[in-house]
Order: sequence, then structure tokens, then C-alpha cells
Amino acid sequence: MLFRVFARKELETLYEILAVNHMVGPVSRGMSKEGRELYAFDYLYDFQDLRLDFTTTTHSLKPFVLPFQETLSSFTVEDGKWEKYVDLNIYKQHVFFGVHACDINALNKLDKVLSEQLYPDPFYTGKRRNMFIIGIGCHPQPFCFCRSMGTDTVLHGFDMFLTDLGDSYFVEIQSARAWDILQQIPTAEPDEEDHRRFVESVETRNREFSCHVDTSDLTKILDLEFQSPVWEEWGGQCLSCGTCANVCPTCYCYGVREHVDLDLQSASKIRRLYSCNLIDFAEVAGGHNFRPDSSSRLKYRYYHKHRGFQEAYEEPLCVGCGRCGQACLAGITVPDVIASVRGQEEQDE
Amino acid sequence: MKKDGRSYLGVEVKRPRVAFFELSSCEGCQLQILNNEATLFSFLSLVEIVNFREAISSRSDEYDIAFVEGSVTRADEVERLKRIRKRAGVLVALGSCACFGGVNQLKNRFDDLEWVKREVYGDHSVETMETQPLSAFVEVDLSIYGCPVKKEEVEEIVTNLVLGKSVDHPRYPVCMECTAKGNTCLFEIGEPCLGPITRAGCDSWCPDNRMGCWGCRGVADEANIPQFREVIRKHNIPEDVMLDRMECFGGFRHILAEMKEQDEKGQME
Repeated sequence: MLFRVFARKELETLYEILAVNHMVGPVSRGMSKEGRELYAFDYLYDFQDLRLDFTTTTHSLKPFVLPFQETLSSFTVEDGKWEKYVDLNIYKQHVFFGVHACDINALNKLDKVLSEQLYPDPFYTGKRRNMFIIGIGCHPQPFCFCRSMGTDTVLHGFDMFLTDLGDSYFVEIQSARAWDILQQIPTAEPDEEDHRRFVESVETRNREFSCHVDTSDLTKILDLEFQSPVWEEWGGQCLSCGTCANVCPTCYCYGVREHVDLDLQSASKIRRLYSCNLIDFAEVAGGHNFRPDSSSRLKYRYYHKHRGFQEAYEEPLCVGCGRCGQACLAGITVPDVIASVRGQEEQDE
Repeated sequence: MKKDGRSYLGVEVKRPRVAFFELSSCEGCQLQILNNEATLFSFLSLVEIVNFREAISSRSDEYDIAFVEGSVTRADEVERLKRIRKRAGVLVALGSCACFGGVNQLKNRFDDLEWVKREVYGDHSVETMETQPLSAFVEVDLSIYGCPVKKEEVEEIVTNLVLGKSVDHPRYPVCMECTAKGNTCLFEIGEPCLGPITRAGCDSWCPDNRMGCWGCRGVADEANIPQFREVIRKHNIPEDVMLDRMECFGGFRHILAEMKEQDEKGQME
């Protein structure tokens, strides 16, 4: 692992060097009615719009690697014959400038499913291979439980990771590309004072975590509590609207449908992300619905995230970013649901 | 149906004769269909339009598919609708008026319809009755929701009808399409929105433009109304604001009746 430090004012130079690519980063989206600033990942056209001090974004980075809707192939049909075209939709490298550890971990989890299988998804993998990621240290929010998910730090899946030391940035270098780019700005070997300030910032951040989820033996407890009445209670609150899956950085379920153009001379196969909370998620040909009620749908969402994926990959399919709980109009949050399954509600209060 | 040698993947495709009709409505849904110049010619070669007051002057009583816009507000409309039903192989309710009564059914909330008539028409003698959707009088084969309908959706549905494919409406609420766009939830900025309980398919047309949903597509399957009322309360939005919207297009008629019944039961207890 290589470390460097560079002066705060060099950040803009770094940005400008990279800005020959498509730049994506956290930007402000205005204020909520309570006066909370709202953020989003979006294309950047000006360094001044970049908000590295962002708390969290309402939506994750997912749309840039796994768009809600994507044409997988298109066809021309003529004289009873057809030809197929595939466009992976990668034209230019994307730079992601300012991504928190949880979201980089989320991409690493998606890689396990979509890139590191026998049949990798070329649409996702193509985009992933054309990304340059600059991580940035965060300030944990009251709803962040990444520490409980083991995703508060990140070991791979990025090019460089910045930690704000006040008048300078401490940078962890993970790729040769990042090293090459940093040659273009003045950087220095971190000295003892930089080490001390880095460790201090790590400890300050650690003290800021206030939300925790008890994950000890969670897969077994979920197995034991399959019939628990808490699922009915949470299901009763669920609006079955799919918002949680859309804001989730790791939800990847999708459906594919065929669209025939009006002139009947062309058609396309279109992938659309879906949510396991939607009423017909588990409806099969013939009309049978394996999960007709919201409680079973909500339950299986938790079983996939915290049991099935955990058993398959030895990690949960959740990075503890807390977006689903923040976005849920019914106020259903992962820490509350898991605490209730474990019978821990009273200890929390 | 006429055969004209068109095919898709080697299967012969018939060009159906299509007729458009309007009952009590603003004719905005039909206008939506004409309003897509980029695809209008393809649309016209896919189907043979034999009746379309807004677009052509010729008339025919022979058609395979009838698109009927508007709600039923007069006795003569009932007769006309029944005649259309007899002639059409497939009868499509086009737009929220045809599906639920639409904005027109707002008058039904007044107990005294004679008073409503006097208020609106004064001394003019106009025949008008309680507003009803098409399904109150005839069997409807297919509903296309929306006020107005979304032209891309109509084109997709018509293509599927011609190809004999199934036509499926989304059963989930608008939130799914809205959050997929990366929109800021309107509740975050204090705007009321019926998105969590309204059938999707509009591609979150209104919320994209920062206008809360008014429920023109009617209620989503298994919408969680009690929880939605809780959400409204939590966001300090008066229940009247929500009820006004739910009443606006008629797609929540049975839900409102249930709510009223439950509230009355609750008061008695």
C-alpha cells in the first residue's frame, strides 16, 4: 500500500486533470423541509459543484453501473429474418470523485454477483471496468450502521482514497493509474505528523458512530424466527412501493421484457430493475403468486440480504448505508427490523 | 380484419380497423395520440383508422377495436356506448374518464344533482345524469389509464394488441418509477403526493416535474391505505388535501367508501 499527502489547494488541479473524462460526484440537491441538505451523485461540470463534505446521497451510485432501465439488445426484422445488435453503452471512462467506503463496498458486493460468476454480466462489468474511483472519508450519520456490516472501511475496489487532514489530504493509492495521475501534482511522503493526524481522524470518526445492528448469529436467528409475528407487523406497515430497492446500492433484481417498435421492423429487449417488495415479484406463469402478502415479501428481502447472501458469500448484501430506512415513507429501517426479530426493541429504548 | 401482407418474425400480422369515440370528455386523450408526429405514420400503418372525429372526416360502423374516451353523463351516451360495444370486437376504455368517470365524476359528490345543473347551466335545458365509467353499462375489455393517457403507453398497448401479445399494466405504485429516476421524494420538501398508493405506468410524469401525484391512474393493487394515512399525518399534511386528490379522478371511489365506513365505525366505538 502506498500513501502520499498533498496540499488542499491541489484538489482542484487533480479534478481538472481528470476532467477530460465524464466526472461524477456528490452535489447538492437543495434543502428538505426540515432544513437538511439533500445530496445526489450526478455529472459534474464545475469543480465548485463538487461537495466532498456531503453527508450521504439519497440515491446510491447504482444507476451509473446498473441503470434502472437498459436496452440489452435491439433487433431489426426484415423479410422474416432478423439481426441482433448489442451496445454495452460504454463510450467514455467515468471518474467517480468522492465516494464513501460503504458505496465502494457496495460495488464490490455487486461485482461478486454480476462480474465474478461463470457468466459475467457484460453490461455491468463493462461499466465497472471503465471506472476510476476516488474514495473520501465520511462523517457517520445517525442512521449509518456500516460498522455493523463490516463495510465502514474498504480495502479494494477503488483507485485512491482521500482522508481530509484539514490543510492537506492523506491519500491511499490502490492502482497504478492513480499513482501516474498523482505524479502530475505535488505530493509528499506522509511524515509522522501526518500519520498522527490520520490516526486521529480515524478515531474521531469511530466515536461518531451511533447506530448499531447486532449481527451475531444473525443467519441462525433469522432461520429460527421465520414464523415470528414481527414479520406481520412490518409487513402491515410496508407500502410495497419498491423505494427501498431503488435507493439500495446493492439490490440488483431485474426483469427483461420485449418491446416491438410500432413499425414492426425493429424490437428490443429491455432490462428493468425490480423490487422484491412489489406485489407481483414472485408471480409466475399461470398466475400463482408465491408471496402475495407484503409481510412475506418484506421478510424475504431481509432473508436475501442478511441470510442467503451471507451464507453464499460470508458477508451480508447490505452495507449499512441506511438509505432504505431514510427513504421509506413508512419508516421501516434495517436496525429496527433486525432488533425486533432478535427481540431487542426494549434494550434500544 | 384486413390482410395486407405485413408480418412480424414470419407470422402474418393483420391490420385491424380501429375507431375512436368520445363521450363526455375534453378529447385530450385522443389529442395525445395525434400529438406524436414522430411515430404517427407508423401508427397509421399499423392500424387502419376508420373513425376519429379529431383527425378524419370519413365515418364507418365497421371496426375491430373501439377506443372510447370519456365518461357517461347522458342517456343518449348509454345507447351510443351500447351500439359501439355491439360492433367492436375489443372495447378499450381510453383515459381516466372512461375508466373511472374522471374529473367529470366530481359532480357526483353533491347530493342534489338538480342544484349542480342549475349552478352550471342556469336556465339552459341540458340533460345530464350521475357520471359513470364505461364499465357501469358495458363490458370493457381493456383499460388505458391516465389523465391524459401516455402516448408511448398507448402505442405499446396497440402494438401488443395487433401482435396478440398480453397487455399488462404495472400493479405497483408510482413511487417505484419515481425513485428509479433519482427524484427527491416530494414528501421531503413538504409536497403532498398520492404516489405511494396510485397505480404506476405514467413514468412519474407529475412528480418528475415536482408536482405531487393526483392519482389519475386509480389505486394500485393492494395499496396500503391505512399506512398512507399515517404518512400524511406524520408529514403534517391535512387529510382533506389527500381526500380532494383521491376524489379527483374517481379511481379511488371504492377506497373512499371503505375509508368512510371505517371512520364511521371508529367514531361509533
